[in-house]
Amino acid sequence: MRKILLIGLKDVTLAFRDRAALVLMLAAPLVLTVGLGLVTGRFAVGGSAGSAISDIPVVVVDQDGGRLGQALVDALTSAELDDLLDPATSADPAAARRQVDDDQAAAAVIIPAGFTDSVIPRQGAGPDGGSVQIELYANPTRPTSAGVVQAIVDEFLSRVEVGRVGGQVAVTQLLTHGLISPQEAEAAGRELGQRQADAGEAVITLRRTTGAAEPPPAFDVLAYIAPGMALMFLMYTTANGGRALLAERAQGTLPRLLVSPTSTTQVLGGKVFGIFLTGVAQMTILIGASTLLFNLRWGDPLGVAALVLAAVAGATGWGLLITAIARSPSQAASLGSAVMLTFGILGGSFISLNALPGWIRAVSRITPNAWGLDGFTTLALGGTLADVALPVGALLAMAALLFGVATVLFSRQGLAQR
Amino acid sequence: MTAILEAQNLVKHYGDVQAVKGLSFHIAEGEIFSLLGPNGAGKSTTIAMLSTLYAPTGGDARIAGYSITRQPMQVRAVIGVVPQDLALYEDLTARENLNFWGQMYGLSGQALRRRIAEVLDQIGLADKANKPVKTFSGGMKRRVNIGVGLLHRPRLLFMDEPTVGIDPQSRRAILDMVKDLNRQGMSVLYTTHYMEEAAELSHRVGIIDHGRMIALGTQPELTRQVGQGETLRLHVAEDGDAEKLAQALRGAPDIKQASAADHTVVLNVPRAEEALAPAVARANAIGVKIRSVDIQEPNLEAVFLHLTGRALRD
Repeated sequence: MRKILLIGLKDVTLAFRDRAALVLMLAAPLVLTVGLGLVTGRFAVGGSAGSAISDIPVVVVDQDGGRLGQALVDALTSAELDDLLDPATSADPAAARRQVDDDQAAAAVIIPAGFTDSVIPRQGAGPDGGSVQIELYANPTRPTSAGVVQAIVDEFLSRVEVGRVGGQVAVTQLLTHGLISPQEAEAAGRELGQRQADAGEAVITLRRTTGAAEPPPAFDVLAYIAPGMALMFLMYTTANGGRALLAERAQGTLPRLLVSPTSTTQVLGGKVFGIFLTGVAQMTILIGASTLLFNLRWGDPLGVAALVLAAVAGATGWGLLITAIARSPSQAASLGSAVMLTFGILGGSFISLNALPGWIRAVSRITPNAWGLDGFTTLALGGTLADVALPVGALLAMAALLFGVATVLFSRQGLAQR
Repeated sequence: MTAILEAQNLVKHYGDVQAVKGLSFHIAEGEIFSLLGPNGAGKSTTIAMLSTLYAPTGGDARIAGYSITRQPMQVRAVIGVVPQDLALYEDLTARENLNFWGQMYGLSGQALRRRIAEVLDQIGLADKANKPVKTFSGGMKRRVNIGVGLLHRPRLLFMDEPTVGIDPQSRRAILDMVKDLNRQGMSVLYTTHYMEEAAELSHRVGIIDHGRMIALGTQPELTRQVGQGETLRLHVAEDGDAEKLAQALRGAPDIKQASAADHTVVLNVPRAEEALAPAVARANAIGVKIRSVDIQEPNLEAVFLHLTGRALRD
């Protein structure tokens, strides 16, 4: 284990002493992030939330007909979300789900009958004790877009819940202090609830009210661009790490390692660890730099850490596969560059996957970029570690599969010679 | 004397190419043994097999009692390898290189730091220890390359053509270092195609050609194979055709063998003084101008010429 660590640390040192590599590992993603941020207006005076994600198709089914249901429909179709969402209404939940299944929509928001009444009971009607839930029918091939819709609906529901609980507390306080009689309590509660419903439009503006100095919680375009660029150049780092393995063979240091009392497993393990460690260091620096320079919020630190480790593992798997296939360092470099750009485009680093046909979105799932972007976007929208379990799991599975294939190829070819 | 290395019928094939064809020899503890042969003779492949980098296609060898095929890790712990090409991390300093490679040989802590200081002194680079290797001259890099092989005080050091492509001063320093290491008790397997190096360094020499050991023994034993002959070298002018002159002299009276390489015709003759005049006359007759002449006592080059009909640098 000690030798694996030593070989890995040596490779990290070498990677960070290579000025050309540093430009591509760190400077290029930051410069491109700034460039794309400028294009999207992220750095314009007063502008903070241009969006690489736009016109998300969403179907809204309002079976409720009450004030809260209408408030949610109004919110989803509001002018404020006009750029972000492309809403359509439907009366039939089954038809709405079919639209999602047919990939015509990223999500369907189905407001069931009795939703308003479950929050604000009608005059004379007692609480039915059951819970009525809004259904979000998400398109699994558009997790980022579905996540955006979910975030909007979650925000709406959380404000409604806050209002409902606040109303109950207010009525209790009024009763306790003798300001209203028990007979007046129901009417007072209903009135507070209706006020809450009336305030729905304000809720849907997604303005954060926890502190005036806080930035707006609306989706920050950089939260899409920065991980997109970081993930694309992470592919460069891992492919370059693989190239370095072949270069070591050509320059004689790999054979020299193999005639020292160091096993092939230790050598290969050290090289993989070095690539992984370099990738983690690169992502950490990029995340830190974008947080400090652009005030970018990446989201739940635990989720970000898990996603970084998983994304680097997935990318390392691809780097190893490239190494196992390539015959020379120059071939590995060419192949690595091609894979980096292809995965960058395919994985959504330049163009939102929502703008691409369904089959491309399906193919994009082979890239660490697509899964990583899904995860980072979810976290930027307020998701937690649990919310990124799918992308983390997919990336780790990708890493395991690619490590396995690369190991078989290496063992067939031999590490010292081809 | 105990053998530190015993090779038995080593064979290595690369596809249809037979690089080494049944090599058997031994190296005694404390001995410098040279494998002398032209480029492509199989010297580096032999080192690669003995150092456990490549598995032999056939045969085996025991180093310090360990089999290279069955106990490679034990073998690696007792050998040091100085590869023909530089095998260093050029972006690391000399000290960082030595530190990394020392750790790969299991050294650590104070012992490693002390050993690095000793090796830096030994290779004469203590004052440049903290400079990146990429800033070094070819000779300095060669010395670091050797230093890496010495860190763990191996019992047997493999040196694969360590003086190729360096200046005479660095070459002298390396040869002196090899002798010094041997005086300290280290056994050395030294490969070269420079006859002079093998002659200066070796207790015994194995002459290898086309993957076969064609002669093996001490220098006197080997030169006796040539008989009482001498070597006459005719250095022809830059525009002269050495091969044409060698052709013309083959079969001439008193000329046992003739070969040409690098504007030099090498003749194996019973008495050089007697053969010189007819050879020069023949050169004049065919229009090849001779620039200078050397006469040598029987040496390893003559042995190689005697055994193969070719000069070592062919």
